[in-house]
Amino acid sequence: MSSGNAWFRNYCLRKSLNENSQCTSAYRKSGSFSNLTFVAFCYAYFIIMWDHEIKAMASSHAIIASSVFMATVLPAVFIQGFSVYGTHLLWLYSVTGAVSVVNIAVFWLLGISQPTKKNTLGYKLSRLVRSCMYLLLSCLFYHTVVVLYGAPLIESALETFSLAVLLTSLTTLRCLCVLGPNVQAWIRVFSRHGAMSVWDTSLQITVACSLIGAWLGAFPIPLDWDRPWQVWPVSCSLGSVVGYLTGLVVAPAWIHFHRKQLTYKSK
Amino acid sequence: MKRLPILCLLLWLCALFYVGIYLFVSGFLLVRLEVNRTSACDDVLQPGGQQRDFCGAKPRFKRTLLLIVDALKIDFARYDPANKTPRPYENKLPVLEETTSLRPTHSRLYPFRADPPTTTMQRIKGFTTGSLPTFIDVGNNFASSAILEDNIIHQFGQIGKRLVFMGDDTWESLFPKKFQRSLPFPSFNVKDLHTVDNGILQHLYSTMVGDDWDVLVAHFLGVDHCGHRFGPDHPAMGQKLTQMDGVIRAVMERLQNDTLLVVMGDHGMTDTGDHGGDSQKETDAALFLYSPTPLFPGPPSQSEPEVVPQTDLVPTLALLLGAPIPYSNVGQVLLPLFPEAQVQGAVAGLSQLEALWVNVKQVNRFLETYSSMARDIPPESLAALQAHFSRLSSAYLASSPASSPASRQELVESMQAYLTAVRETCRATWARFNPHKMAAGLVILALACLLCFMVSQASGALGAGGRGLLTVPVATAAAFSIVCVCVCVCVCVCVCVCVCVTVCVFLHACVNPTSFYPVSKVEAKHWSGSAHLLLPPLLVAGLRCASLLSDSYVIAEGRVVTFLLLSLGLYVPVRLHWDGHLLPPPHDPQKPPAGLLPPPPPPAMVRRESYVLLGCLGLLVGGAYLSLSFHACREEQGACTPSPFLSPLARMQDSRLKNLHYGLSLGALALWTHLLRRWLRHYGNLNASGGAVLAARWALPLAAVGLGLNWAVSGTPEGSFRNLAELIGAAQVALPRALYALLGLAAALLWADPLTVFLKTRGPATGISPHAELQHLIPQIYQRMRRSLEDSEQQLAAGREVDTRPAVEAYGLGTVYSAPLLLLCGLLGLGLLLLHPEGMAVSFLLLLLEMAALLHIHASAITVLSLPPGDFSVPWTPLVLWALASSQFFHATGHLPTFSSIQWGAAFVGFPGGHSGTLLPATLVALNTFSSHILFAVACPLLLFWPLVCEVRGGAGGGGAAGQEEGEDAVMEMRLRENPQQFSSALLQLATRYLTVLGVQVLASVCAAAVLRRHLMVWKVFTPKLMFETCGFLVSSVFLLVGVGLVLRTDLAVGRWFRRLLHADASR
Repeated sequence: MSSGNAWFRNYCLRKSLNENSQCTSAYRKSGSFSNLTFVAFCYAYFIIMWDHEIKAMASSHAIIASSVFMATVLPAVFIQGFSVYGTHLLWLYSVTGAVSVVNIAVFWLLGISQPTKKNTLGYKLSRLVRSCMYLLLSCLFYHTVVVLYGAPLIESALETFSLAVLLTSLTTLRCLCVLGPNVQAWIRVFSRHGAMSVWDTSLQITVACSLIGAWLGAFPIPLDWDRPWQVWPVSCSLGSVVGYLTGLVVAPAWIHFHRKQLTYKSK
Repeated sequence: MKRLPILCLLLWLCALFYVGIYLFVSGFLLVRLEVNRTSACDDVLQPGGQQRDFCGAKPRFKRTLLLIVDALKIDFARYDPANKTPRPYENKLPVLEETTSLRPTHSRLYPFRADPPTTTMQRIKGFTTGSLPTFIDVGNNFASSAILEDNIIHQFGQIGKRLVFMGDDTWESLFPKKFQRSLPFPSFNVKDLHTVDNGILQHLYSTMVGDDWDVLVAHFLGVDHCGHRFGPDHPAMGQKLTQMDGVIRAVMERLQNDTLLVVMGDHGMTDTGDHGGDSQKETDAALFLYSPTPLFPGPPSQSEPEVVPQTDLVPTLALLLGAPIPYSNVGQVLLPLFPEAQVQGAVAGLSQLEALWVNVKQVNRFLETYSSMARDIPPESLAALQAHFSRLSSAYLASSPASSPASRQELVESMQAYLTAVRETCRATWARFNPHKMAAGLVILALACLLCFMVSQASGALGAGGRGLLTVPVATAAAFSIVCVCVCVCVCVCVCVCVCVTVCVFLHACVNPTSFYPVSKVEAKHWSGSAHLLLPPLLVAGLRCASLLSDSYVIAEGRVVTFLLLSLGLYVPVRLHWDGHLLPPPHDPQKPPAGLLPPPPPPAMVRRESYVLLGCLGLLVGGAYLSLSFHACREEQGACTPSPFLSPLARMQDSRLKNLHYGLSLGALALWTHLLRRWLRHYGNLNASGGAVLAARWALPLAAVGLGLNWAVSGTPEGSFRNLAELIGAAQVALPRALYALLGLAAALLWADPLTVFLKTRGPATGISPHAELQHLIPQIYQRMRRSLEDSEQQLAAGREVDTRPAVEAYGLGTVYSAPLLLLCGLLGLGLLLLHPEGMAVSFLLLLLEMAALLHIHASAITVLSLPPGDFSVPWTPLVLWALASSQFFHATGHLPTFSSIQWGAAFVGFPGGHSGTLLPATLVALNTFSSHILFAVACPLLLFWPLVCEVRGGAGGGGAAGQEEGEDAVMEMRLRENPQQFSSALLQLATRYLTVLGVQVLASVCAAAVLRRHLMVWKVFTPKLMFETCGFLVSSVFLLVGVGLVLRTDLAVGRWFRRLLHADASR
């Protein structure tokens, strides 16, 4: 799994090395900088390069966030009587679809996902099949967990499963996009020293935020306020989406402010 | 090992909690005894004392119409023509003002002052009995809320009045079957402004016109609900009041001459529309009296009362309608309604003096009866009242109709003073929150929690550093505690707070200099680390406490607790994984071996521990989920069906289902017994011949068999075996009693001889290899122990060689502490199960499994973390989980924090004929209600032992490579004997931490009751919750002390055993 990230980092490193050499040559040409300034310059350049990754992440996150926004707004234009509470499942599916499609597209275009060692069609197919299987399993897993946490078992099974699908699209799909269908890698990412790139860190943050959001979303359900958003599973799905959006915003910012502490070692 | 200081300190902490709880509860809960006597027509209450049929005289009014507008505040009823810009609730009832000014002899408007608690149900009780109802009217049966005290509705019924009721359905539950015709409408939904009112209006006018009623009660709820929903300052309130204005007008038009109209509010409301408390806005309602015939002798005069207490309505109505005054009434008649002197030949009825005299005699009779039943009225004021009454009595009998008006006036005033004095005395005793006591209780509780927390944090340092440091504060604390408790209970509250503060500070100062604050850097690091680790369990505990402040969460408590339990349970492996403890660490050649840290555990062990952890987590989650199906239902929970396991077998109709339930329960029972025995056998605790082993071998299975038989007997439907009926009846008495005796005997045996160690001597070279027998015994332990003991105590006699001696095997020494504890748990569990419906056996089994899962999760986490040896302290997370699980199983054994859900059947297990005393049934019901608290509290010290018990698994699983260290690893609980200092500090820490977690919950519930004492749901949700929480805490703390005591008792026995062994060895 990590070979992909290693590759990506090598690529970046190579690129930054090139740029560094460019800057060195620039320095030699001008010859007017002091040694100190040169170091500072290179450091600044390194930060800019570092920032390059963060910028890519920020823009991709912005795209994903706007897709959630569009998935809420656009159907309201086309479909009569569409609302987040009233036709909640519809909204949920539209968000799920939008997030899935945009996530896959963004990560495919960025090339974050694991480059295949074998480029054969059969291998690709088996990866695809495995990914689909993981998605399905993750839906079932989330469904079970949500039921164990107290969701009704039979009555609103469709709603519960829709929530599980939403959670899958917010968490598992992203894992798949970043790490590929490799459960070992997924398990390892979620530990203190498990992240091996900024993308792994952002994955940690967004997944944690979505799950915590869904968890917090369960809190208002027992209250007797009789609000439309207290109906199962509106508050939980809203909570997870809000948590996800928070994660999308927080991840680049957090990485930006902690960039000095973050050291990734490749395996 | 310090036994006495630990017990003393724990006792003192508990006592501090108890004092706090007692103070708060005595300031918050108002207690009154109910007098279950009724007045009758032939009571000797007549003026002058001559016998006369009281009810036979022609009353002044034949009929009365009671129009109750819930929460009709006096501000709503006043009319101010000068007010040009009235607020929505002002000037909306002009009819009252118009009538009183136009027809002053026909009508009056008074402020009508209610007594706290100002909730509708208590108020209805108040103005029908004429008494001051408190939260707990002792003698009231909790199961139904019907008023058993004498009341005016009952009296009206007795003298043959035809009663009709419409409106708030609370009346229907308070006065079942008292009304000839009743039209109740649901009052529960506070958001519904119109159902009750419109329902009344549909029937009110048609009923009025008809002639088939004498007393009509109509209770409108719209104004109250409008206040709750929108507050008084809202246009909806204006509309509602205008509607009420129309109603009053329409009713007055239809009134006939012999009818008295009473329009009244039962209480007021605050500016936010709430009520329940004792502020003037809540207590001051409106009272409007009207009759088409002249009611008053003249227009309002100077002598008119400014405010009418709510209790005064009852005697007035009773005398106006010719009924006896209810027995428990403490109100006085409303004098302006009675003529000053007896008018000959008129239908006016009693004169002022006569009416007052009847009233005074009745109140005096009540006072005598009450003071003979209860002692809560201060004797000096009682004596003063008695003296006043005898003066009055002689003065009244001496007076004659011909005496001068001045002397009559004097007598009237004296009588009024007497009645007011009685009322005030009663009110001071019954009907007032005591804010000082409440505040003091809160402060002491908070202090106790803080102190508990500090002791728990300090005790770790105590074990490491201070020798004898503990004794000084404990001794002083014990001395202070006695003073403190005495002072609190007897005299004064302020002193008590001061004493507590000083004790707290004193203890702090005693412990402080060396141990409170981290001294070295290592300790500082440890401190901060523990503070960091504290966060999520603290968050969950905080959420749990916060949930007690909201009525919705209290109603849904069972699910909320399960949710939190699962969340915290899932957090444990997530956190361990995040810290990289769950996956075997990859080989890292660059990393230098850390010198300070202990070596990381071997990967195989880590992997196995993580599987155990995950498996136990699955068990925990599954158990918690299944336990949800044993819940009962509150009445507030709409769509909810109580668990089918809650109904006893005898009530079940379908025989197949019955057999299925019985089989399931039997299976659970058998599994419970089997698991316990298997565990004991596995660790070699069943080989000895002591009392505890006897209990485990025979009492446990015998009790289980007896329990199964008892279920079969009690489950047989009545009349199915006619010729065996007598036998079955006898068995229903004998079996449970025999079980009580058996379990009691077993517990006594266990306490007398808690050792479960079997000693076996064998030749030096023979015997099986220790590996083969490891499952059953820990042979090397004794060797090691003896060696270490000899090293320390018999330095001089160390000349002899070890190898020449016969080796000695000690079975069950590794679990010497946990075995009796677990056994006690098993015995208690069987006893408590006896008090429950049969189906709860499954829930009890789940409880046992969940307990085991929690213990294993804790043990695995400790093993994986690989803490330094000698650190036995139990972190917060498992303790919070433990406390959550105990609340969870409170619900999962079919209990709820409401009075109606108490399983009264438990009092009759083994006593089908009832009881003579109250202590025994109360104990049985308490044991039934708090069974999960009891089990979890007794088993709490297991959290300390379990990582050590699981240690042998770690050693054995290490494979051949770890064989050399087998002897090192398999010491299990003997580690605690090796470090008595750490053992005592860890035990103290465990107990204080558990007390802290429980105490904080009590504190939260107390805060909820204190802060929300004006809340709509205070008497329905928060107060019952408070009482259950505090009682649960009492039971938990007592049984925690029992558990800790058993551990200390075992330690004592083990010490003696070792000494005896050494002695025997030396003498050989």
